[in-house]
Amino acid sequence: MSVMLLIEQALNGLQYGVMLFLMAAGLTLVFGVMGLINLAHGSLFMVGAFACAAVAGATGSFWLGLAASLAAAAAAGALVELTVIRRLYARDHLDQVLATFALILVFSEGTRWLFGSFPLYLDIPDALAGPVTLPGGIDYPLYRLVLIGIGLAIAGALFWLIGRTRLGIRIRAGEADREMIAALGVDISKLYTIVFALGAALAGLAGALVGALQSVQVGMGEPVLILAFVVIVIGGIGSIKGALVGAILVGLTDTLGRFLLPILFSTFMETSAATSVGAALASMLIYILMAGVLVVRPGGLYGRA
Amino acid sequence: MGREGVLNWVVALALLAVPLAAHALDEPFIVTLATKVAILALAGVGLNIALGLGGMVSLGHAAFFGIGGYAMAVLAAPVQAYEPLMTWPVELPGTKSMPVIWLAATLAGGLAALAIGALSLRTSGVYFIMITLAFGQMLYYFAISWPAYGGEDGISIYVRNGFPGLNTLDPIQFCALAYGVLMAALLFSRMLARSCFGLALSGARQNPARSAALGIRPYSVKLTAFVISGAITGLAGALFADLNRFVSPAMLSWQTSGEIMVFVILGGVARLFGPVAGAALFILLEHLLGGVSDYWKLFLGLALLGIVLFARGGLIGTLAGREVAHD
Amino acid sequence: MNAKSKLLAAVAALAMAGVAGAEPLKVGMITTLSGGGASLGIDTRDGFMLAVKQAGNPDLEVVIEDDQRKPDVAVQLADKMIQSDKVDVLTGIVWSNLAMAVVPAATAQGKFYLSTNAAPSQLAGKGCNPNYFSVSYQNDNLHEAAGAYAAKAGITRAFIMAPNYPAGQDSLAGFKRFYEGEVVGEVYTQLGQTDYAGEIAQIRASGADGVFIFLPGGMGISFVKQYADSGVGLPLIGPAFSFEQTIIQAMGDAALGVLNGANWSPDLDNAANTAFVEGFAAEYGRLPSVYASYGYDTANLLLSAMAKADVKDADAFRAALRAADFDSVRGDFAFSPSQHPVQDLYVREVVRDGDILTNRIVGTAIEDRSHAYEDACKM
Repeated sequence: MSVMLLIEQALNGLQYGVMLFLMAAGLTLVFGVMGLINLAHGSLFMVGAFACAAVAGATGSFWLGLAASLAAAAAAGALVELTVIRRLYARDHLDQVLATFALILVFSEGTRWLFGSFPLYLDIPDALAGPVTLPGGIDYPLYRLVLIGIGLAIAGALFWLIGRTRLGIRIRAGEADREMIAALGVDISKLYTIVFALGAALAGLAGALVGALQSVQVGMGEPVLILAFVVIVIGGIGSIKGALVGAILVGLTDTLGRFLLPILFSTFMETSAATSVGAALASMLIYILMAGVLVVRPGGLYGRA
Repeated sequence: MGREGVLNWVVALALLAVPLAAHALDEPFIVTLATKVAILALAGVGLNIALGLGGMVSLGHAAFFGIGGYAMAVLAAPVQAYEPLMTWPVELPGTKSMPVIWLAATLAGGLAALAIGALSLRTSGVYFIMITLAFGQMLYYFAISWPAYGGEDGISIYVRNGFPGLNTLDPIQFCALAYGVLMAALLFSRMLARSCFGLALSGARQNPARSAALGIRPYSVKLTAFVISGAITGLAGALFADLNRFVSPAMLSWQTSGEIMVFVILGGVARLFGPVAGAALFILLEHLLGGVSDYWKLFLGLALLGIVLFARGGLIGTLAGREVAHD
Repeated sequence: MNAKSKLLAAVAALAMAGVAGAEPLKVGMITTLSGGGASLGIDTRDGFMLAVKQAGNPDLEVVIEDDQRKPDVAVQLADKMIQSDKVDVLTGIVWSNLAMAVVPAATAQGKFYLSTNAAPSQLAGKGCNPNYFSVSYQNDNLHEAAGAYAAKAGITRAFIMAPNYPAGQDSLAGFKRFYEGEVVGEVYTQLGQTDYAGEIAQIRASGADGVFIFLPGGMGISFVKQYADSGVGLPLIGPAFSFEQTIIQAMGDAALGVLNGANWSPDLDNAANTAFVEGFAAEYGRLPSVYASYGYDTANLLLSAMAKADVKDADAFRAALRAADFDSVRGDFAFSPSQHPVQDLYVREVVRDGDILTNRIVGTAIEDRSHAYEDACKM
């Protein structure tokens, strides 16, 4: 095992974490502002990927597909907010869990109805295909480097939006005291629709960007959803900064764990068993991390609880 | 007896009458479906103690359900392979006896709940939902990748385990057994809700600060309730494994946790018979819609959505009105 | 037909005159028609029903149900079909873990089970059963084909990879069974994993000259796209599952040139196969996959046995099945003593044919292969 390989794996972990951040940011925003736990967030990720694949397939342009994914996920988010979600703000978490669990079923089977059961084709745009050589001689896919850049840029934009703009002030005020800002004349239901659509658009964008690397198929959102939950719980629910730190922590833990644990076990076990046991433990590692964080800090790293 | 009391009797009698009628009409599959309802309802009764009485929203009860199922398989598999359960430190044989398996599953579910609850109850609210989910996922991945008990393939137990005096392979007799266990658990649950412990628990849910001032430690009261809840769900897991004569990691998946929660909410949270009504409705919907279209889950989702949005308090709550369990 | 998951296909057509067993036969198909793995079950069903339609035998009744890829649902459907629908034969399960849940119980109740896909080692060896037939293969076969051919294809230092679950562990063992080169890296990934950057970095660093993967469904699509983009460029080989008609379109050009072990291919040159491929395309407007071919063969095997014996006479019907007196789309077809196919295993290559991607045979890997667990079967 060389140092270069370790650095490359760390880069992979960082890139994975940044992608998780895009999912987690929307989720944590919606929870922080509206107090809503949304299991259907993964479905919006899927909507983004399908919209991008469909438009890119029809027009031949990945970039048009990317725009379509933002629009479709935001529209789906706004629609769901107006018809279902806004009836849930006053309910307890239990009703929210059940209603959004039902939404997963509706989205998944609805998508299958529209697009069929076979996975769709979506590929990396030609301009970004192939590897580039980094200092130190690492060949690294350009697209993944771009993903890290986009993710960090969006993190920056979100910090700016929340910290520096009028909408951000309202969002923060809404988190702190929703009755008060309603009394001050802010149209709270419109604010909620905007925030929910924004969160949905982020999930859709993540779906499209990741969809180019993965399989665009029904059910693709659910594994990512659970990871995104792990991320925001580690980071502290409602905190964008927590989501960023949590996402990178989870990305690094997962990637490095999968890489290092089998090597570690093979020092004192037979190779074949070591890879199997190491992989088994690696698949549990992020949940162990999460339990560990919550035992020490029950409100997450940057949470208020 | 209020409206809810009448309704409870109706539900209890219906769950008895349907399989009996199906048996008389020689429709064994309906009997099997009724057995499934009784067993899933039992899992829901377990969850309802945490959820309804204790206000602990656990999205990880599949862990206890699956552990109960695996307890059954671990005990019964050596018997069908003609091997001892363990040889060290003492030689122990496996068993095919349901009462022993039930005891083991209940203990295993309870112990797992003690470990998971002790850590999870340090948090509350959404954090609690998520950490229970995480523990469930942890066990799920462990079960998939650990080769000793079949990994993702699971284990088949070819012949259903035995119960003294009954032929458990006969659908109606196994159904009666599951029904009996469910009724016993409901009775226990009702006694628990009305006991001093139940009152302390409900106090810890509604106002932890005041309970603490009265000298009740909310943490230990809630943990005890969580352990009882996990134990009952573990027992349901063992029965479910016996119904299918099969266990696999699918029992531990987060969708299973979601479904158990759906039973409770559909029927009515904190209602004694809520899980029974909820499980019955869910299985009925699944069975009816499944025959209609490839996309039946879409309609299941819409039906669930309609119930959450417009039938608050679940089935029992809608039919029986606002009055709640502690009448 | 597509929209109905449960259908009673009592096909109205002329009965073949002068046939021995004219008693009706009821077959229950349990397969995955909803959720993530639905494309495999849909192809199995469509292949099966195509043969049923072409035969037009009114004595064959088919009940189809969706198992949602959940073992407990599959078990309950099997109970329902046996108890309520009173089926004589069960078939259709795609996944090994579902087969392990259903098959032992069904055969114990005296029903026949014909496998259209999953054929785990447990059922091939110690757990073989006179009422269980695998029409498709034994699970290890396609991995063995890849292993036997890899050295011929110039892969002498292989990096091998599969998800960490029983089928994955069997896969790597199957590959190694006939592989003559050196294994320089062996990695188990997480089931359902979607990001393979870490594994690809390990491949690059391993000094391998070829990669064997078993990553079914979406996992394979993700890996192949990411692998192509990484520029590692070493030859890739795997079993047919990862490069099947149902998924290669989603991989796009990234899949071109990939080798895969198989026992069937759309370009296999025999009359039955030509009729099948053309009939399937005409009926459903797409090319068939291996799953469709297994479904088609299973239905034809069943029809051939029906023509010879009455299913109520289990011994005679079993003998009729064992004779395998039908025109398989795979050409020569016979059952081994454990009632698994003895067949030629091929290696195919993913090629572009006009607008679509498909597979073409490049060579034979092993001839007349049965399976590794034959001796353990005492029957």
